[in-house]
Amino acid sequence: MASFEQGAAIPELKVTPDRFLPIRYAGASGDFNPIHTDKEYATMVGLPSTILHGLWSMAQVARAVTDAAGGPENIQSLEVQFRGMGFPEQEITVSGTVREVTEGVATLDVVAEQNDKAIIRNAVATVKSA
Amino acid sequence: MPVNTSAIGKTFAPGTYAVGREKVKEFANAVGETNPVHLDPEAARAAGYADVVAPPMFAVVFISQTMTPTLFDEEVGMNFAMMVHGGQKFTWERPIVAGEEITTHVSVKDISEKDGKGFYVYETISKDESGETVVTGEWTFLVRGV
Repeated sequence: MASFEQGAAIPELKVTPDRFLPIRYAGASGDFNPIHTDKEYATMVGLPSTILHGLWSMAQVARAVTDAAGGPENIQSLEVQFRGMGFPEQEITVSGTVREVTEGVATLDVVAEQNDKAIIRNAVATVKSA
Repeated sequence: MPVNTSAIGKTFAPGTYAVGREKVKEFANAVGETNPVHLDPEAARAAGYADVVAPPMFAVVFISQTMTPTLFDEEVGMNFAMMVHGGQKFTWERPIVAGEEITTHVSVKDISEKDGKGFYVYETISKDESGETVVTGEWTFLVRGV
């Protein structure tokens, strides 16, 4: 378990999903919506290209939070809003700060950005703090 | 056309999912987890777990199996062509390990309308074999042009 201090930043997480990542995540998660895997279909419904699964991007936020908190047993909650679209083959940066620490629980404000645009914003996590 | 709110409070048949070691590893690899407790049974046991630990977001896997069919419920009446996943919340009580069976209960928590958008909120409660809640989910879907 990590010890959090109000105002401190959590370590940044950077990840660049490769071109086939959405196919692997579709198989792993069971979400086979073709907007994530079929470029022809995605463009037909008005998207610029295939887009990342929002829940995969949320998993990157969860990973940054659990890494900072010292393991998966220390995360208590995570709430996100999906905004914009994430794309394969472009780097994503997850960053966050500690809003407050109360009675052994830290509240973290987290954002995931790609090309300086938030793809997940207003993410709030609660984790155990030593 | 106003949204139909008659499905608020509706519950669906629960479903049970058996968490498997290889599925946990597949999911952990897909989301980029490198913590060995998700990938290596010996590392998981050394850390005090019975088997590999499901990453927190693995909840998506065992919940979706039960919840996804309920999104097509006719009484709820979501227009899928105009639907996007707007928000998500999970609350975790404890880690889940391979070998467990998780039963998920799905209900419609709220349906509302604002600025021409429909807001459909589902609640999921996932329980272990002793009936203890392990994960609670709140899923918000937006439908444009209602």
